[in-house]
Amino acid sequence: MALVKAMQRDATQSAGALGRDLGLSQPATWRRLQKLQAAGVFKGRRVKLDAEKLGFGVTVFLGVKLATKGRVSLDDFERAVIAIPEVQTAEHMLGLYDYRLRVVARDLADFERILRRRIMTLPGAGDVEANVLLSEERLPGPL
Amino acid sequence: MLDDLDRRILRTLQYTPDAAMHEIADRCGLTAAKVTRRLDKLRDAGLYRGQEAVVDWAALGFEVSVSLRITLDKTQALAFDEFHAAARDVPEVTEIQTFLGRVDVRLFVVARDMAHYQMLYRDRILTLPHISDIEALMLVSTLKSDERLPL
Repeated sequence: MALVKAMQRDATQSAGALGRDLGLSQPATWRRLQKLQAAGVFKGRRVKLDAEKLGFGVTVFLGVKLATKGRVSLDDFERAVIAIPEVQTAEHMLGLYDYRLRVVARDLADFERILRRRIMTLPGAGDVEANVLLSEERLPGPL
Repeated sequence: MLDDLDRRILRTLQYTPDAAMHEIADRCGLTAAKVTRRLDKLRDAGLYRGQEAVVDWAALGFEVSVSLRITLDKTQALAFDEFHAAARDVPEVTEIQTFLGRVDVRLFVVARDMAHYQMLYRDRILTLPHISDIEALMLVSTLKSDERLPL
């Protein structure tokens, strides 16, 4: 579990470096990493960039309801939504709305453009609720 | 500021974070040494902050993921700070976000199963300070989670 936590922090470390921090030998660490990989514990790696410094000043979370359930194809909506470059994450939810999207934009005007041209035009999109992200904290979780 | 080459390197890295440095360099039409030098510069400027492994909680036995949308009692001056501090102490909370909009705070919570979730909800979530309203949405599936920036 400590190994998973260390990988959450920095996934680029070698087995040797990880092992040194945890008091394990390089081969033992490597074997454990292989086992975790094989168990599918790691979905993949994510590159951490400073969005604001790179000119993306606005992050908005959208709750999207499908307009007429049953008549629209979820596949069509999902295919279209993941193809939008500004959509960073897309989750299918059960509850108040159907999909939760994380959208980045350069500023509010850029966000409006994305909302009108890309989101509102999605096949089957109905009500959309927007919440502007002010701050965010990621925690390691129950490890 | 960023030039086209920096942008190309970051774009390539975002799409293939696992690739070795020489592969990234090949794709950008540069030498590995050049890519490394530019990445170091981007890191020093705080633009590139490394890479994190994305954990699949289901593979670790946490089958239930819930997004909790919370409205806080804003008549309390310290509502945000105190709520934050308390939420941070719940190990099953993996994300805390604050918003401008209809929701004040959002927590992402993972649980082993519905019984475990119910227990967490009752004993750890509803007991957090200054909550005035709470709404739960359950994660059905994740379609995209790379968080790439459209550089």
